[in-house]
Amino acid sequence: MTNPNTLNLLDKELLEGREYIGVHEIDGPIIIIKNTHPVGYRELVECIDTNGHTRLGMVLDTSSTAVAVQVFEGTSGLTLPGTHMRFRGKPLTVSVTEAMLGRVFNGLGQPIDGGPPPAALVSRDVNGLPVNPTAREYPRDFIQTGISVIDAMNTLIRGQKLPIFSGNGLPHNQLAAQIARQATLRGENTEFAVVFAAMGIKHDIARYFIDSFESSGVLDKVALFLSLADAPSIERIITPRTALTLAEHLAYECGKHVLVIMTDISNYCESLREISTIRGEIPSRKGYPGYLYSDLAELYERSGMIKGCPGSITQLPILTMPNDDISHPIPDLTGYITEGQIVFDRDMNSRSIYPPVAGLPSLSRLMKDGIGEGMTRVDHPHLASQLFASYSYVKDVRNLASVIGEEELTALDKQYMEFGEEFERRFVNQRSDENRDIEESLTIAWECLSLLPAEELTRLTEDELDEYYGR
Amino acid sequence: MEEQIIGRVKRVNGPVIEAEGITNGMMMELVRVSEARLIGEIIKLSGACAIIQVYEDTTGVAPGNIIYGSGMPLSVELGPGLIGTIYDGIQRPLERLAEISGTTIQRGIQAPPLSRDHQWDFIPALKTGDFVTPGTILGRVQESERIEHRVLCPPDVLGEIISIVDSGAYTVDETIATIKTSSGNHNLTMMHRWPIRKPRPVTDRIPLRIPLITGQRVIDTLFPLAKGGTVAIPGGFGTGKTMTQHAIAKWCDADIIVYIGCGERGNEMTDVLNEFPKLIDPRTGSSLMERTLLIANTSNMPVSAREASIYTGATLAEYYRDQGYHVAVMADSTSRWAEALRELSGRMEEMPAEEGFPAYLPTRIAEFYERAGYMQNLNGTEGSVSLIGAVSPPGGDFSEPVTQHTKRFVRCFWGLDRQLANARHYPAISWLDSYSEYLDEVSPWWSTRAGDSWARNRKRIMELLQREVKLQQVVKLVGPDALPDSQRFIIEVCSLFKNAFLQQNAFDKNDCYSTIEKQLRMMDIILLYADMGETAIRRGVTLVNLRRIKVLQDIVKMKLTVANDDIAQLDRLEARLIRSIEKL
Repeated sequence: MTNPNTLNLLDKELLEGREYIGVHEIDGPIIIIKNTHPVGYRELVECIDTNGHTRLGMVLDTSSTAVAVQVFEGTSGLTLPGTHMRFRGKPLTVSVTEAMLGRVFNGLGQPIDGGPPPAALVSRDVNGLPVNPTAREYPRDFIQTGISVIDAMNTLIRGQKLPIFSGNGLPHNQLAAQIARQATLRGENTEFAVVFAAMGIKHDIARYFIDSFESSGVLDKVALFLSLADAPSIERIITPRTALTLAEHLAYECGKHVLVIMTDISNYCESLREISTIRGEIPSRKGYPGYLYSDLAELYERSGMIKGCPGSITQLPILTMPNDDISHPIPDLTGYITEGQIVFDRDMNSRSIYPPVAGLPSLSRLMKDGIGEGMTRVDHPHLASQLFASYSYVKDVRNLASVIGEEELTALDKQYMEFGEEFERRFVNQRSDENRDIEESLTIAWECLSLLPAEELTRLTEDELDEYYGR
Repeated sequence: MEEQIIGRVKRVNGPVIEAEGITNGMMMELVRVSEARLIGEIIKLSGACAIIQVYEDTTGVAPGNIIYGSGMPLSVELGPGLIGTIYDGIQRPLERLAEISGTTIQRGIQAPPLSRDHQWDFIPALKTGDFVTPGTILGRVQESERIEHRVLCPPDVLGEIISIVDSGAYTVDETIATIKTSSGNHNLTMMHRWPIRKPRPVTDRIPLRIPLITGQRVIDTLFPLAKGGTVAIPGGFGTGKTMTQHAIAKWCDADIIVYIGCGERGNEMTDVLNEFPKLIDPRTGSSLMERTLLIANTSNMPVSAREASIYTGATLAEYYRDQGYHVAVMADSTSRWAEALRELSGRMEEMPAEEGFPAYLPTRIAEFYERAGYMQNLNGTEGSVSLIGAVSPPGGDFSEPVTQHTKRFVRCFWGLDRQLANARHYPAISWLDSYSEYLDEVSPWWSTRAGDSWARNRKRIMELLQREVKLQQVVKLVGPDALPDSQRFIIEVCSLFKNAFLQQNAFDKNDCYSTIEKQLRMMDIILLYADMGETAIRRGVTLVNLRRIKVLQDIVKMKLTVANDDIAQLDRLEARLIRSIEKL
């Protein structure tokens, strides 16, 4: 790529080696330095503290008088006169290789498992470049997760970005680990490589995922990028980008199918808000910066499939909704970018239904093209639609029952109550190590629907009812 | 285009650049920044300083970088070759870019929007000595199987033809005519440029009177849109804004569709690109791509180009309107455009108004929607631009600024309802929140086709739906058994109407769109059931018996089983319904 700087090459080389001693201001993770040579926007910066340790940073704002740099490893311990700065004249890159699978890294891609840095031949800009919409391949391959409520009603498609909207104390980690263990493509023996990006989560949660990958014997197919709760919050900004850069390399250059699990997006957004506040930017909703949507889109849109590439990136971001509020900016903006969402319901969890997937607000947008004849089963699309319609009516009936009492319900409504109970207990509920194939899931769904009179099932065709109803 | 150095970069903050030493800058001038030649636009001038918004990623741009001026505003190329193409927000052809830079969009790459190599068969409509005024049709080109492109005299040229080429194949940049104007001779090609932020001139606005038939029953029957009208579709995520827009883009009776994917998902544009060429337009029998132009500025593409994409789309639409076509513009989503305005405004450190949006947000929204209309064009033809804007209110809350301001400037409102979407009732257009101010305008058109039955049926069913809401409130308190059969029957009819009529399956071959004839007949049958049922109940028939009649199952499924070209089946269904109820 041509360098946009007007300086000629020789000058550039000289300036790259130039080291500035002393900075003007340090505010949180941001350093202001004055009187530099012209520094490019988003250029990589090395910041050397008094102990000679190098921290990486990036230029956030540049002008002829001052440059603002955000330091990914935090600024604690830095002094104004004792900090040395070096501008590298290129954006932040990360070295990526297939050998990174099976290893553990920090948010910047440096190994933290005690091993040597993997020998990488290619280095990529962590920000990536927008994919040309004409080069995308429309995702339509059904992934069987072995979880009924996902497979039958909110189907995951290879190349999709499907977040889990959860809350504190809900079993989103179990579900994500279960999907990572069980995800397969029907009729194919491809395994997923897993890229795991942890942002601001606790040690024991990271441990849980590692153990879960270990016990199912897939740890050598997993690359972990950990920026845990005790790491500087600013590191979380770069963690998902590093992870996605590796995922893109694995998918589009090594031809692998990659499953990216990112947790917890809420922590990522909080770091973003922190930086924005320190920079004195005008906030939009709840203090989050106005560019939160664009910024999240930069992450989520790095999934999918490319024409002519065998690989794919499927994203499974996890976010905890603050106060279980789905209209909070983080889940709200995420829902506008991702291709559906799996929403957890606290009430179902307290009735010990696992996974506690709320039937109605959950959605998979890519489902329509990945199910039905030749992909899952011919009755699947209508069956899914019928389940949503009937379950939605169950919710109405339950509301009514809570006012007038169950005894007062009509006979039909009582049948709906029974269906709702059966649907949640048998269809949604399953063990966290239970792997149901799609036929089994659909069969259970039909058994539940058979509790309702056939004329209530208006979304199914006569043929489908003849074949499956009441069997 | 002549380039000259007009200044240097002083400060870089995301897509907003401060420049200094500006010598010859013009407001809204197209500029190129640094040696990477990133495209930008001057949005503020102050002494020797200027603010430039850059349409590409500014990584690596440093103070001191040179800024090149182009001497003209940000413009689009208008000429044959637009149809069936997919552009980004500043009219770069994405398919060409993919050939140049592969799967990702590299910075600073350029390609002409209209192919310079393709030869078009031009048939002149005028001869030497004829006088041309702005907008005059110079000749014709068959642009796609169904679109005849009318080559227009640019809106700023007026004079006498001193030479015009014969019929034959020409590229878009070859001279096809020379015009003697007051300021000297002017060579015309098949294409011309027009600034995106300036509406193309017209002779007059004509009152709206023809509905835009979308084939979506809830829209055509309950909340019609007029050709040249404006409508907003607000809805939280997952309520089906994009699906509704797609359905309208596929089946509405406009001649040209401009689909603007503004800050939305990349896969959605891929879906359109995959699906539209395969779908056949029922009116012409040719592929839907033959009438579609796409503008894709997905959420991960640069934010300032997202701001421009709306205007690019409107300008392309106006160009086809000037040729005498009816154009429908889908903007998905205008909220992303408003957010782009907010982001840029924030970077410029402007004083925010509501929720961080700039104070000029309502002005910009008004300007955009005013580009719609049914027009008498400069060349005497008539054409229209209808604007269909999706709005994505945060948290699905319609009281936020973008929805509220949009409501002030549109005359039709299709509010999407979360609860309907949750029950997978699509299109989830709420019959309680939505409205259309075009009812009176389009009623005469319906009268000429169906007598007064359209307006009468519509009024009747809206009344029933309103009464049902009240009844449902009672049911919620005391249960349905407390109501008399006559009132429970109203709930029954409304539920039938919702299932059999309002709900429409976009993926079913019969149901994806309904002709107006089918819509009228379906409505007749449902209201017949309402009327006859009411009398039957008065006669003493119980609701249970009324519900049990077999033909009801077929009425619910008539949308799926009866093809658009076979509505005679509905007559038989009607006869069966009459027989069944009379037997009770």
